[in-house]
Amino acid sequence: MKPYLLAAISVSFFTAPLAVHAGEAPAVLLQLECASCHALTKPENTSLDRLWERKGPDLYYAGSKFNKDWLVKWLQDPTKIRPAGEFYRKHVKPGAKEDVVDEPSLTIHPKLTTKDAEAAADALMTLTGPEGLIEKGAFKNQKVVPSMGTMYFNKLRGCSACHMTAPGKGGLSGPEMATAGARLQPDFIYSYIKDPQKIDKGIWMPKLDISDADLQKLTSYIVQLSAKEDKK
Amino acid sequence: MNSRNSISFSWLTGIGLASLLVFMEPATAADDQFKHAERLYDTYCTQCHGVNRNGNGLNSAFMSVQPRDHSDAKGMGDIPNSEIIDVIKKGGLAANKSVLMPAWGGVFSDEEVSQLAAYLRHVCKCGSDQ
Repeated sequence: MKPYLLAAISVSFFTAPLAVHAGEAPAVLLQLECASCHALTKPENTSLDRLWERKGPDLYYAGSKFNKDWLVKWLQDPTKIRPAGEFYRKHVKPGAKEDVVDEPSLTIHPKLTTKDAEAAADALMTLTGPEGLIEKGAFKNQKVVPSMGTMYFNKLRGCSACHMTAPGKGGLSGPEMATAGARLQPDFIYSYIKDPQKIDKGIWMPKLDISDADLQKLTSYIVQLSAKEDKK
Repeated sequence: MNSRNSISFSWLTGIGLASLLVFMEPATAADDQFKHAERLYDTYCTQCHGVNRNGNGLNSAFMSVQPRDHSDAKGMGDIPNSEIIDVIKKGGLAANKSVLMPAWGGVFSDEEVSQLAAYLRHVCKCGSDQ
């Protein structure tokens, strides 16, 4: 994102009367503040070109994806979720051996005040996406032995090729998983692993053939990872 | 420097820069017939196989088995087309290779898999069918 665009978004966020709009028309509020980078309604265009051009993840199902507490906190103090940006390919370059992240090309999400973050999170939680996009109630919350979860994540399913579970542990092209359990609703994690292409058409994560039992283990592992982070 | 020399110098600089750009592009750069496959490769494959298609992708530093170097004519030439297609569609395990190469059959159509297989031959400048 261009610095001037970021500045414009930040300025508009801090100057728009969020509290006034928030109760009445959250969709209008988000349209004003977030729509320049995020899709707030299901996009008709799901082409590869659109994926290359979009500036941030789609938010039209944010209410079925995020945990509200996390959203409020993160919007006030945004941290890097995707080590190589929203679309890794636009932020990598050849390094001395492996490709590396072109750090200066990454942009930072605007930081909101507590009041604005709460209003934005409230509005985002109303965007639940189309019926059936996320399998509500799919996650059974069965504990998984950490070593078993690690084995599934790293060795049996190869998730660690693209996702970090801790700094220096895992790939960089996908979102980090260390805080995913705090960030995401477990049913979303389950549904996304099951079929990322159904939720995020064209995304660079494959749709694998994974049994329900294994989806439960992987989801539990990711949720538990975050709980471990919280204790630190 | 007079104006004539200055123009010549500009020309030379321009040609030099243009040549540099040509050589900086990966060996894979855009033949029209591979345009879509190249776009697919850039979107999905470079995360592990690298922007230069040499196996040194962003994620490769963290992987226990290194991704295939697609620019390696010898290594790639030894792999039959049927295996390349199988591995793209069904993942590394389909050819007793690493699980870290996932199955992309749920993302690419059969036509796109064929285009990617042909594109890999273009990248490695090796083999046709075997």
